[in-house]
Amino acid sequence: MNINIKILSATVGICAISVSLIGQAFADADNDKLVVDGKVITTQAKAPADSELEKLYSGWRFRADETQSLQMDDFENPAFVAVDQAEDQFAMVEGKAGKSCADCHSDVTDFKGLRATLPRWNEAKGKPETLEHIINECRTDRMEAKAWKWEAPEMLGMTALIGLQSRGMPVAVKSDGPMQSVWKKGKDLYYTRVGQLDMSCASCHENNYGKMIRADHLSQGQINGFPVYRLKWGGLGSIHRRFKGCMQNIRAKPYKRGSDEFVALETYLATRGNGLSVETPAVRN
Amino acid sequence: MASKPRVKVPKKASVGEIIRMKTLISHKMESGQRKGKDGKLIPRKIINKFMASFNDTEFFSAKVGPSISANPYIEFSAKVNESGTFKFIWIDDDGSKYSTEKKITVG
Amino acid sequence: MNITRRRALTLSAGSMAFFMASMHFSNANATAEDTEKMVEEFSGGAKLTIGKIDLTTPEIAENGNTVPISVEVDSPMNADNFVESVAIFADGNPNPEVITFNFTALSGVASAKTRIRLAKTQNVVAVAKMSDGSFRYTKNQVKVTIGGCGG
Repeated sequence: MNINIKILSATVGICAISVSLIGQAFADADNDKLVVDGKVITTQAKAPADSELEKLYSGWRFRADETQSLQMDDFENPAFVAVDQAEDQFAMVEGKAGKSCADCHSDVTDFKGLRATLPRWNEAKGKPETLEHIINECRTDRMEAKAWKWEAPEMLGMTALIGLQSRGMPVAVKSDGPMQSVWKKGKDLYYTRVGQLDMSCASCHENNYGKMIRADHLSQGQINGFPVYRLKWGGLGSIHRRFKGCMQNIRAKPYKRGSDEFVALETYLATRGNGLSVETPAVRN
Repeated sequence: MASKPRVKVPKKASVGEIIRMKTLISHKMESGQRKGKDGKLIPRKIINKFMASFNDTEFFSAKVGPSISANPYIEFSAKVNESGTFKFIWIDDDGSKYSTEKKITVG
Repeated sequence: MNITRRRALTLSAGSMAFFMASMHFSNANATAEDTEKMVEEFSGGAKLTIGKIDLTTPEIAENGNTVPISVEVDSPMNADNFVESVAIFADGNPNPEVITFNFTALSGVASAKTRIRLAKTQNVVAVAKMSDGSFRYTKNQVKVTIGGCGG
């Protein structure tokens, strides 16, 4: 996108934020039901006991009917172009070990449930891991191939394909045990005001979801549908890309994709959506 | 990334039935209006034509412009009187031609 | 939230100025007159019948990058009487010619759906060319919002 338009959307964003602070509350999440190929996907869940939210709503519930319908049919969902390509990639031999994904994981359905539990603790590495880390570990350690960049089309396609295997399953990410300190760090980041606009994630997504931020309907910032096909992006994007965009809007210096900060934030946000269904790959505006 | 077409056509239909089909191809549809990081306009590169034929008879086509969204999606119908093969062709500005086929049993 | 009303207003005034300063686009968008000329070219100057052509567009597009539209023209679609083509124009885009669907009697119905880009709030125009040489015309306004949170 050209730079002028970028500046424009950023500044409009600021107007929007100020307007919404003065402005009135609009409608909450709508009551539409998400059914994909006859399968009902839960877009609403009871908030966990310690949650600051009254009820959990998927971002799908805040979108216009036209955007919602794109996610209700896997053919119409443009993310499936990337999923198709990832299926080919899954069987493709790459790297010095002469292996493809399929050599170890005979069927991609083996990954059913994985997306719902991520990020999780990697005992061997003594670090938390996201789906991107898991895929790249396979590539470098077992395939002896080059790691993919966080936002590479191949990575986005593969995270979409693997995530899809868990579609409809409830998000169940752990915040205890070795993940506790990661989770706590993510929580601190969530509530810390940053940037020239001095806002935190909570300023919009906890305190003001359901309201209009100019023309945009604010969601709870749930991440159960990532990677998502965003109309604005015209393609798939990672959770960390979305974080970066949010931080730029509030005029903060964004962390890097894959940074400890974003992994921690992803962990905390994932637990805020525990109970919602995995929607990967979702469609958003 | 190479463009890969996707099409959805019913596998079976009755004689004279009007069936609906959905087509999509992965393509950036670079409009020629955007500027790159260097501040220069990125040259236009789009799918400019789409054609659908049934048993070698063209029954639907579209002249496509740069206002069509990335990953062009076109949905349309056909009346089928016999079994046969649908062929779908997309033409790129650079002259590349992408195609795919689908069979249908009518009766 | 502890941003005061005064603070919020100051913020928006400041950013509004910035917004004005950055409002020069690389390419001029077309005007409704340009589009009228294109419609005239398509119809060869023939009389346009308003209506009898269904154009479905969202009232408000959440993002101008991907706006679903569909068009359907009532016709028996047989060898003697069918819809030859339907041209779609967007009168506020840099290039108003969006797409032209060409139908035949084998199409069964003159109905098609696609996804388009709209640069701003504008009219989407559909013109159908019938096999008897007559033309049908309709237009819908689509409001294109610039999202609050670009991201």
